[in-house]
Amino acid sequence: MIGVVDYEAGNLKSVELALRHIGVDFYISKDPEKLLSADRMIFPGVGEAQSSMEVLDRTGLGDAVKEFAASGKPLLGICIGCQILFDFSEERNTDCLGIIPGKVLEFSSDMGLKVPHMGWNQVSHLGRHPIFDGIDDDSAFYFVHSYYPSPASNDAEIGRTEYGIEFSSAVAKNNVVATQFHPEKSGEIGLKLLKNFISL
Amino acid sequence: MLQKRIIICLDVRDGKTTKGIKFKGNVDIGDPVEMAAEYYRQGVDELVFYDITASSEKRGIMIDVVSRVAEQIFIPFCVGGGISNVADMRSVLLAGAEKISINSQAVKNPDIISEGASLFGRQCIVLGMDAAADRAMPSGYRVVINGGRTATGLDALEWALKAESLGAGEIVLNSIDADGTREGYELNITRMISEAVGIPVVASGGAGKSEHLRDVLTDGKADAALVASMVHFGGYTVGAIKEYLCSEGVPVRML
Repeated sequence: MIGVVDYEAGNLKSVELALRHIGVDFYISKDPEKLLSADRMIFPGVGEAQSSMEVLDRTGLGDAVKEFAASGKPLLGICIGCQILFDFSEERNTDCLGIIPGKVLEFSSDMGLKVPHMGWNQVSHLGRHPIFDGIDDDSAFYFVHSYYPSPASNDAEIGRTEYGIEFSSAVAKNNVVATQFHPEKSGEIGLKLLKNFISL
Repeated sequence: MLQKRIIICLDVRDGKTTKGIKFKGNVDIGDPVEMAAEYYRQGVDELVFYDITASSEKRGIMIDVVSRVAEQIFIPFCVGGGISNVADMRSVLLAGAEKISINSQAVKNPDIISEGASLFGRQCIVLGMDAAADRAMPSGYRVVINGGRTATGLDALEWALKAESLGAGEIVLNSIDADGTREGYELNITRMISEAVGIPVVASGGAGKSEHLRDVLTDGKADAALVASMVHFGGYTVGAIKEYLCSEGVPVRML
């Protein structure tokens, strides 16, 4: 059973529909206790770091995510749910959960880039993590973001993407995996990645 | 590398995909949910649904279409037409759409852009803009609304920059002059606006063959190209267009 964390961070509909489509048992919950009893956790989100952290602090859901991560059970963070796993985000200088060492940095518009980074971009994963099993290297996934993960250790990086600079588009630490892109909006390969998460 | 997107547009009226044909009015060409599923299988990168339903009582039909599309396709899609306030935006997003497109309503009430962006995030808010060549305007292009029937006092380039500053996350730029000609996109205005703004620009209007997409995605500096009749009944598949673009060195997502 997968517990999907509902912390008012945007719309969970697309995650819900993708999980229903692949036929996996899940529930969406705001209750820390209920989420801690799940076998796996998905920590999604579309939103802004500081307001997300405020909700996580106020509701106790932030502690629940930390406790789940420490339990050894598989956890998947998506987009803002990936960024919040780090120590700190440059988005309104927000202290985050500190589950994966590193920071979240802002794309500089000085580089002539369009921000947000929006659309399909390639992920070089080199088969470094089973979450990419059966997915070709350099496959394109769907991204929408203005900040990007920068893990403290290269070991955490399991996927790399080029947008003006090269950044870590997928990261992992022990039982915790996180993607900056949206697997639930990345077509069949995105659904494949979600299925792979279920068999981790 | 960021891929250039191919976006298919479907006009929906009373729950059916429709197409305006000169002198004949609108003709139904299929079920939007089935068509969306087929284009998803072909590898389209994104879809846009424009609700051209005339009466507001039938708005619920569109929400039902959005919900059923969201159950079947796992790529982003945008909904436009008839959205005049944040409550309309919310209902479309909760039904499963990724983005909302606003056009005439944004001209009439620009604050709707900033209200939508602050509530839902700027990546959700797409400015649809119809532009027509007009030498009287500083950029050479004038914004027109109501499907091109009503001229406004707005300069196209100024309006694009203003919409960006208000919080639009993307611009779909439709050339009224090129629309329906199938003779190619209007490269000049597409390039001018794409180079001026810091948000993605989707070119619309004039696609008739794959070369037109290549031209607007390279010379026209567009981030994405919108097509409709080319794939609805022009004999093209998404795969064929993308194979051509790939062979021409345009980065596109191949299945």
